[in-house]
Amino acid sequence: MKNKLLSLTFVIFLAIMTACSNSDTNTAAEPETTNEPETTEVETTDLILATTTSTQDSGLLDVLIPMFEEENPYNVKTIAVGTGQALEMGVNGEADALLTHAPAAEKELVDNGDVLNYQQVMYNDFVVVGPSADPAGIKGLSINEAFTKIFEAESVFVSRGDDSGTNKKELSLWAAANLDPAGNSAYLETGQGMGNSLQVAAEKQGYILTDRATYLAQKDTLGDFEVLVEGDENLLNIYHVMEVNPDKNDKINAEGAKAFVEFMVSEEAFNTIAEFGMEDYGQPLFFLFE
Amino acid sequence: MDLLLEGLKKAIEMVLAADPIIVEITLRTLKVSMTAILISTLIGIPLGMFLGLVKFPGRKLILVIINIGMGLPPVVAGLWITLLLWRSGPLGDYSLLYTETAIIIAQTLVSLPIVTALTATAFQQINEKMILQVKAFGATRLQLVWILMKESKLALLAAIIAGFGRVIAEVGAAMMVGGNISGDTRILTTSIVMEVSKGNFDVALALSFILMTLAFLITFLLTFLQQRKRSHE
Repeated sequence: MKNKLLSLTFVIFLAIMTACSNSDTNTAAEPETTNEPETTEVETTDLILATTTSTQDSGLLDVLIPMFEEENPYNVKTIAVGTGQALEMGVNGEADALLTHAPAAEKELVDNGDVLNYQQVMYNDFVVVGPSADPAGIKGLSINEAFTKIFEAESVFVSRGDDSGTNKKELSLWAAANLDPAGNSAYLETGQGMGNSLQVAAEKQGYILTDRATYLAQKDTLGDFEVLVEGDENLLNIYHVMEVNPDKNDKINAEGAKAFVEFMVSEEAFNTIAEFGMEDYGQPLFFLFE
Repeated sequence: MDLLLEGLKKAIEMVLAADPIIVEITLRTLKVSMTAILISTLIGIPLGMFLGLVKFPGRKLILVIINIGMGLPPVVAGLWITLLLWRSGPLGDYSLLYTETAIIIAQTLVSLPIVTALTATAFQQINEKMILQVKAFGATRLQLVWILMKESKLALLAAIIAGFGRVIAEVGAAMMVGGNISGDTRILTTSIVMEVSKGNFDVALALSFILMTLAFLITFLLTFLQQRKRSHE
């Protein structure tokens, strides 16, 4: 009986301790965020960056974010989601800065004043990959012809279907070829990220539009897959960084967002981006504009 | 099969090397899950006892709602909490979204109904004659509660084990309200999802073994507590 009482009190004590330590960190974090407007404060504030899965999955942000945090008093909280969701977070003022790759959709936000300080950062390219057997015979064709052939041959095509930058790009390519992909009975929508969708494509032996960075990073797990269409100017994948308009919400970390945009277009970040991937893949994953 | 062995090997390597990132993620998982289940226990057991023992109008309705809550899908809980915690949402002023606290809230929300409902069921099964008998011996109210708790120890621990199972396995809500932020809100389940999407199946498998070991150890401990012979009997 006594033992049980003891262990019970111990458990309750533990619970209270954890609860207290939690609330402690919360109250400690609050004054920091209210102090935001004072630029000279050295206190670290949180900065929410909404970005695409490709920048996280390729590992680029794991290199850039620590560099930024070292020089600036911000703790970057990276939320890696599809570009559609990232932009929506910007519109709602739920993020402070955005790093996305859907220029057409981003333009709307710029025009509506949802975001400020819209800057070009880097690019890489989209490629169409598929089984080496290439059932629709698209290797080396232009993107327009390739999509038409896939459609006519009713070959399996895996789409992200998640309103991401890649998905938006893919839909614009179908539209450019005057085709409705839903007309192909073998058109699959995964609703998942790039990595998972590539796995589905490999399993179903289908074609898929992917950014080159994610493809290179996952190549080894895909089996007999290769790049079939590349180098078309319509396949350019451009990344932009931007600040969310601080008028959206009084909790937006405007200073931090400004610092982040400036960092992303700084000499230092550019040098890192240009070299990123050389070591692991023998080629850069992202390129800078001349 | 090779992948499985490789994952197991990698898991052992990671544990032996005490990879600081893995240690951090594991400790965070433990902290978050234990806090959530403790809160659920501290609220759920008294609440369940009350619902099981005290009869009042509307009790059945409350029990129905709590039973429905047992099936509350974590992603639904995650979505609701996200909307509440948004900067523009009703609780936006506390800046809780994408913090450990947000994950704890979500995990508590999905485990509390389980602990409460199973506790209530256990106490509803107690024979009324026994309660009368204990009272007849002149037990105070506190003593009565203590005796009944001891009597239902098996069921109470089963309730906690079930709640813990829900909490440790949960990923949808943690992903949504936590954001899987490296060094901040990344826990074992969300890391596994991320590593799979990166195509790092070996790392994902290794993490899955670590998660299973954690779940096993804690469930083992709770089961041991549950099955332990009472010393004075």
